[in-house]
Amino acid sequence: MAGVEGRSHDMGLHNEQLSGRKMQTFFSPDDSENCVYPWSYDVDFNKRAEIDMADMTPTEVNLKIRELMAEGHGSIVVKNPGSRHSIGVGILNKLNITYEGSLGYFGCGLIDGPNVRITGRVGWSCAENMMAGTVVIEKNAGSTFGAAIRGGDLVCKGSVGSRTGIDQKGGSIIVGGDTGALTGFMMQRGRMVFCGNAGKNLGDSMYDGTIFVGGEIQSLGVDAVPGELNDIDRAWLTRKLKLYDLLPDKGVDHFTKIVAGRQLWNYDNLEPHEKKIVL
Amino acid sequence: MCGIAGVIHRGKTSDIGSEMTQMLLSLKHRGPDSTGFAVYGKPADNNNEFVMRFKVAEQEDLGKGSNIRTVIADRRAAVDARMAEHNAKILTEVDATEYAYRYTFGFDGDDAALEKMTRYIEELDGAEILSLGRGLELIKDLGDATVVSDQYGLKGFQGTHALGHTRMATESDVDIRSAHPYWAYPYNDISVVHNGQITNYWIMRRQMEYKGHRFLSNCDSELLAVYTADKLNDGYTLEDSLRQSIEEIDGVFTYVVATKDCLGMAKDTMAAKPMVLFESDELVVLASEEGAIRAMIPHEIDTYDPYDEEVRVWQA
Repeated sequence: MAGVEGRSHDMGLHNEQLSGRKMQTFFSPDDSENCVYPWSYDVDFNKRAEIDMADMTPTEVNLKIRELMAEGHGSIVVKNPGSRHSIGVGILNKLNITYEGSLGYFGCGLIDGPNVRITGRVGWSCAENMMAGTVVIEKNAGSTFGAAIRGGDLVCKGSVGSRTGIDQKGGSIIVGGDTGALTGFMMQRGRMVFCGNAGKNLGDSMYDGTIFVGGEIQSLGVDAVPGELNDIDRAWLTRKLKLYDLLPDKGVDHFTKIVAGRQLWNYDNLEPHEKKIVL
Repeated sequence: MCGIAGVIHRGKTSDIGSEMTQMLLSLKHRGPDSTGFAVYGKPADNNNEFVMRFKVAEQEDLGKGSNIRTVIADRRAAVDARMAEHNAKILTEVDATEYAYRYTFGFDGDDAALEKMTRYIEELDGAEILSLGRGLELIKDLGDATVVSDQYGLKGFQGTHALGHTRMATESDVDIRSAHPYWAYPYNDISVVHNGQITNYWIMRRQMEYKGHRFLSNCDSELLAVYTADKLNDGYTLEDSLRQSIEEIDGVFTYVVATKDCLGMAKDTMAAKPMVLFESDELVVLASEEGAIRAMIPHEIDTYDPYDEEVRVWQA
């Protein structure tokens, strides 16, 4: 078996076993380092390049990034992004990339692997569906920040808008400031950390995952309940916040932990029509 | 989807015509159907001097027969005659387009007399007063920001604050009447731009009509202008009016409202419509997308998204 199909078999993507309601494949950390897409480029982090996108369209910039990766550039600096939309999307490669300025909507969406730094702010839906890698934003972010991310660290050192991390399926969303309403709506896995305050309906209808809030919570959503902050949580919070220079002087003991109450019908053993009969 | 924008300079005037043109051009992709400006110039020293923007036809009417220009000239002459009948003394006249005009005029009567005159003018076929006030000038037409701005000679317009709108028509027609910004007579100098949908529009409209307010379009955004005017007339502050609107108006909306010396914004409970805000000691700029703010301020700045139910008001 050759080509893309062969690589996907080599990666074990066809060997998953269904067990009950769960489908999980475990990788060792060592293996995951070597787990790359068949079409990814072999880049050298010491080989640097710059793009000035002042007079380029988003499509031209995204193609240019791929062109540079194909040439082996592992460190790319993008100047003058000018808050334009859909920049740096779909990068499925190891890469260090810095945007000197702000991005618009859907910046860094659908990425798997790169380390991204944005010196300005980002608009709505930053890093949507991110699979792996690191995205660090130095200023604020818009709404639906990190919607449906599945892995990696998504960090905003300022504040973020509403509906942060809706439908999150993994990874970590770490915010130095506040977050708006309906944060964590239908969250399924992963962790969120907010050093500041959270708006109303936090964690509404969350299935699983953990939300940590350092400030005030305006209100909890349906089926979101307080959990007990344990030593593992404290260790994880300390390590992550320190890593991104966001650790509060007073530590992490004051953080409130929010988890799913698991009272939604989805966790009932009965099917809806059976539930009607019982009721 | 629509794009909205606002700018207010604190304690000084600026070329707000060019600034708003730049901002709206960068929001063109959010609404290609029409573009509108509400610009606030320095009011005349004389309290009895007003500026009026009005039209006597739609852009598309120009293609309707060889006689249309004569019809337009007759309608304009009728407007002049009706103003004269009410002792309004026309001071200056500018032909913004073939069918839209800017008049300054002196008027010694009270608000009721002014309202009577405007209603009389708007009884004329095709005539619509786009704005009337001491500072507000409202310009809206089909086309993008550059087309409308050039057509109406907006670049170089000196003023303290402005609103702008790029419209994607969803609830009503593609014409000047359905374009933003909206204002509400007889409460001069109030204008509104809006991004969203108001779901209790007809209920609220009937309440306003019952109180004697007029509506010129079937666009839900006009309700916000009338609602604001009604609240201010009842003695509410602009901030209180904006807060109350979040309670009383249903739907998803973000809107920006201007009075003769203030700019305000409100976001609904779901925060479903975008707004990015930059604030400094010298000016405040807000828009649906940060790109519009960057079009005016190219250097690196700190911006943020207002949250759900957030209300802000700034003084010129």
